[in-house]
Amino acid sequence: MVAFIVRRLFGAVGLLLIISAVTFAIFFLVPRAAGVTTDDIAGRFAGKQPDAATLAAIKDRFGLDDPVPVQYGKFIKAIVVGDTYDTGTEKIDCPAPCLGYSFRTNQSVTDQLVDRAPVTFMITAGAAVLWLVAGVSIGILSALRRGTIFDRAAMGVALAGVSLPIFFTGLLSLAFIVHRWEILPAVNYSGPSDNPFNLLLPWICLAFLYAAMYARLTRAGMLETMNEDFIRTARAKGLPEKTVVLKHGLRASLTPIMTVFGLDVGLVLGGAIITEKTFSIPGLGQLALDGVNQSDLPVVLGATMTAALFIVLANLVVDILYGVIDPRVRHN
Amino acid sequence: MKSPKVVTSTAAGIVVLGLGLSACGGGDDDGGGGGNGAKFDAGSTAVVNVSDHKGGVLKFAQPDDFESLDPANIYYAYGLNFVRIFSRSLMTYNSKPGLEGSKMVPDLAEAPGTASNGSKTWTYKLKRGVKYEDGTEVKAKDIKYAVARTFDRSVLHNGPSYFPQLLDVGGKYDGPFKDKNLDNFKGVSTPDDYTVVFNLKSAFSEFDQVVGFSGQTAPVPAAKDTGVRYGMHPVSTGPYKLQGDYTPKKGGTWVRNTNWDPATDPNRKQLPDKIEVQSGLKAEEIDSRLQAGTVQIDLPGSGVQAAARQQILTNPKLKANSDNPLAGFHWYIPLNTKNIPNIECRKAIVYAADRSAMYRAYGGEVGGQVSTSIQPPAVQGREKGTDFYTKADPTYTGDQAQAKASLAKCGKPGGFSTNMIFRSDRPKEKATAEALQQSLAKVNIKLNLKGYPSGTYTNEQLGAPKFMAKEKIGLGTYGWAPDWNTGYGYLQPVSDVDAIVPTGNANAEELDDPQVNKMWDDVVAVQDPAQRAKIYNQIDARIREQAAILPNVYAKSLLYRPTNLTNVYFHAGYGMYDYANLGVTG
Amino acid sequence: MARKRQAELVNDTGETAAGRGAPTAFLEVRDLKIHFPTDDGLVKSVDGLSFKLERGSTLGIVGESGSGKSVTSLGILGLHNRGNANVSGEIWLDGTELVGASQNEVRRLRGRKMSMIFQDPLSSMHPFYTVGKQIIEAYRVHNDVSKQVARKHAIDMLGRVGIPKPDQRVDDYPHQFSGGMRQRAMIAMALSCDPELLIADEPTTALDVTVQAQILDLIRDLQQEFNSAIIMITHDLGVVAELSDDILVMYAGRCAEYASVEDAFHRPLHPYTWGLLGSMPRLDRERSERLMPIKGTPPSLINVPEGCAFNPRCAYCDLTGGKSTTERPELLEVEPGHKAACHLSLEKRREIWDSEIRPKL
Repeated sequence: MVAFIVRRLFGAVGLLLIISAVTFAIFFLVPRAAGVTTDDIAGRFAGKQPDAATLAAIKDRFGLDDPVPVQYGKFIKAIVVGDTYDTGTEKIDCPAPCLGYSFRTNQSVTDQLVDRAPVTFMITAGAAVLWLVAGVSIGILSALRRGTIFDRAAMGVALAGVSLPIFFTGLLSLAFIVHRWEILPAVNYSGPSDNPFNLLLPWICLAFLYAAMYARLTRAGMLETMNEDFIRTARAKGLPEKTVVLKHGLRASLTPIMTVFGLDVGLVLGGAIITEKTFSIPGLGQLALDGVNQSDLPVVLGATMTAALFIVLANLVVDILYGVIDPRVRHN
Repeated sequence: MKSPKVVTSTAAGIVVLGLGLSACGGGDDDGGGGGNGAKFDAGSTAVVNVSDHKGGVLKFAQPDDFESLDPANIYYAYGLNFVRIFSRSLMTYNSKPGLEGSKMVPDLAEAPGTASNGSKTWTYKLKRGVKYEDGTEVKAKDIKYAVARTFDRSVLHNGPSYFPQLLDVGGKYDGPFKDKNLDNFKGVSTPDDYTVVFNLKSAFSEFDQVVGFSGQTAPVPAAKDTGVRYGMHPVSTGPYKLQGDYTPKKGGTWVRNTNWDPATDPNRKQLPDKIEVQSGLKAEEIDSRLQAGTVQIDLPGSGVQAAARQQILTNPKLKANSDNPLAGFHWYIPLNTKNIPNIECRKAIVYAADRSAMYRAYGGEVGGQVSTSIQPPAVQGREKGTDFYTKADPTYTGDQAQAKASLAKCGKPGGFSTNMIFRSDRPKEKATAEALQQSLAKVNIKLNLKGYPSGTYTNEQLGAPKFMAKEKIGLGTYGWAPDWNTGYGYLQPVSDVDAIVPTGNANAEELDDPQVNKMWDDVVAVQDPAQRAKIYNQIDARIREQAAILPNVYAKSLLYRPTNLTNVYFHAGYGMYDYANLGVTG
Repeated sequence: MARKRQAELVNDTGETAAGRGAPTAFLEVRDLKIHFPTDDGLVKSVDGLSFKLERGSTLGIVGESGSGKSVTSLGILGLHNRGNANVSGEIWLDGTELVGASQNEVRRLRGRKMSMIFQDPLSSMHPFYTVGKQIIEAYRVHNDVSKQVARKHAIDMLGRVGIPKPDQRVDDYPHQFSGGMRQRAMIAMALSCDPELLIADEPTTALDVTVQAQILDLIRDLQQEFNSAIIMITHDLGVVAELSDDILVMYAGRCAEYASVEDAFHRPLHPYTWGLLGSMPRLDRERSERLMPIKGTPPSLINVPEGCAFNPRCAYCDLTGGKSTTERPELLEVEPGHKAACHLSLEKRREIWDSEIRPKL
């Protein structure tokens, strides 16, 4: 098991290297192919009508004219051995792993990520609990009452949930629940010091999207599992139906649900971009989006690698959980 | 002032959706506090909700963020407007409604600058007893230091670069970060603690405007300077000071600065107990909160989004709390003189343009006012001028006969084909381009339209002569607001050959007209503002006579003022409400 | 081995049986019908089956796939979903009628009074729980005992079914067992509550031959120990010969022939039974000809052939004068304790058996 985890962590490091390299390439090489010069990129960081001296100063500061591999090398070096940051008045020490400083705000990217991560974590945690509980229970009930009105209604709603994007449900709920009927207060959440229940609306909207998928997934899994021979055996033993369903049926249906759940949590942790944008919550997703919109390379790199790291870690956790859930995996 | 490139509505689909949702009954519960007798558009010309009420929390919100809060590192008008709550500079815009707001008045200085040496030396005397938030007095050397900072463009690259361009430093000067001895900076001298003298390379008659429009003469105590990070805690000289640090993309809180003396500052008020800024709030959400009164000011100041616009215009109660002023810039069509070199061909385009359709593309009466001169009405000394080859008339649909005649003179009686670009995420610009495409088609001028994202448009497409040449762009859509409201501020960047830069170019016509160039060379030495204005009006006419710019509309914005906001009025200098004199009730 | 003949046949309509009250036999099935409505039509998996079974005796139910053997056994245990199966008739188990009983009543009998050994022990045991846990669970649902006691019992059961080191294997998962051991574990689970009726559905089909014999021995030994009634469901007549007292040959959801093992192997009176015997591999002696499989395929249970359901596949149906395609043959007692449903005359059948069939076996 330990060897397995170590091997996976090495794989993760490799993956992060590749992702950062690809991000670099997208940032520099793709626009270059489209005819965008480093002057153009520098111009994005300057005020109106920047003169040549300004552009040169910006290029020099950000190292935009260095060959891309050199810039990438500096980026990796800063992660491994750290770097210093020149504010003009002093040189700030940025210890490894140094992800650099924002081109826009001059804040440490690591600090920003650390600042934003709890926000996204809270969004994810609340929504994940909601969607898992709601989705799986509805899925089980639907499977057990296949063909009934409940099943059809639930699956209809589930289809709607899967098809309705957050910016639709989010805006709708904001317009009515917050502004029109004033049932819930406006969504104000910017850190752990705020009341997490301010996130109720984003939780519900995000959970609605996912719960729908989990309901369908659980229903399909349960329908398949409930036809398994071992379910018949469980019934033949005289177990109450509740035990048959929850202990024998659900447990066996859990594996695919857990796989998807792990991936989803990893993805949402990496940044629930649309949710954060819709509800104006300053999480990792907003950070990444702002970074992209503002050509803020260090922020984009930091956010991308964080998101990738979350996905890799979530996958690792899922793989470990496989062994916990399914002894056949453990013994192989 | 920079045209607001990041503050447009994000996704048309969302906007339309929100519109449909809220149009049915929005705002019945709002406007209850509208007992102030305010009328629609009242704030465009006068102060609304006049009040001396102190206390409360004034809340600003914005979808993005300031480029910086370092007063020397800002170019956007809303940022320059906002930083006045904590920073004072040598001169500033007059805090008055109407055209008075376009005038520069002394702030830290006792009086406007005195020009000598043929307008090459400008001298300012400081008011005594102006203090920083920590109680120490502002001295002349702090202003010298502030100006010196702007020479290091690698540290401060967002702000204007007038000082490095205008000041005579006697060789090369890299700024105080690299050259720690401030005595080596020769551009500004401080004969005593209360006198600041600027030494210019050549005559420049509008130096008061340079000094006043931005925060670059706001004093910075060298010991408190943190370089690129100064914007996270700029030291206050104004009525408010930062509580803790400002967190970019999240916001910050300002509290009363007890060391600010209102007796020295007629241009600012200190009414609310606190001022809060929240960044990263969706534009539509800001509009909703404005109507609920939980946010008082939408910082970018460019007006409400489409959904709220619809609500406001159809609901009399909401409409009474809104203003529809001329925003200070002009939506026009530059005609690139390099790609369409023959003036007759350009004239044909101007003749054929359906001004009525273009006017409607910008939303008709609420969206703008049909324009004649390039300079908008807020520019000091601007005259309306006469139309060239077109008519500033909302019903004018073009003159196809004249257009064909010009085409014949151009040697292209059968018409020609050229390319036009616009900002793809701005529906009004797209509609304008399409209106022009249709009207030009009637005289066989074929326009190929292509949209680009507004994020790169002014830097990398319309603002990049290299791109214009490569893609053979004949026309574009453009909106421009000046650094300061004079003919120089408005017209020089868009018409002087010396203003052409490789990126972020505003002279999209790439006009290189000997007459215009000469007038620009001469006017900087003219002392009398009225005399200068006369020359600016001549330049304005000459550009249009050259058919280099097709005027369209002077932009009007739709601003909402929450009922609990006091002392609110539209400020012509910034093109939005004055942020330094607001109060809040309830 | 001396076989008791305690299983008795009842008329397949059940109507002529003496009285409709509670029977005296330990298990009595009367006119059991299990129909499944589907989009294609009504599937009559079991269509009027009756039989009796006493404690300590074994009934073998044989027939091809789809003849209704397994459906019958699941029906007795009440494992059909009442939502999609129509079950009618009566099933009397030790004085209790099961078809009309509540689901909960039947559930409480399952595993305790009656239990079942399934065909494929790998898929029939839950892959995520240890064998011990699954036995403990089966025991504790019917016996209010602590986990420790139940665990001791589970180990004890594993030991009794011949699993070596049961105190260690109890914590293994099904996939860690070999096929034979797994089936032993399954049997241990089925027997954990000392059931009085044990239904074994193809208990050896998934196992190799040597293991098969061990398992059958085990079942036989356990039966003697517990004095259970056993229903052995199989398509393999060899298994039946080993274990059963009586044989019930099913075809298309009905009983084709019912006989003692002795009669069934030596004096079978139904052409279908002949076919089954003909397709049985014999290890004990040379077969005069090669295997004689029954021609054709089992009938659709939605459109059961008119008359005798076996008629399309029967080599002798021409000899009935067309009766076999128009009239369903009654299940008639032709000899004491020996019933068959066939239109052919008894003499004719004896003649065919003696002259045509037996010599080839």
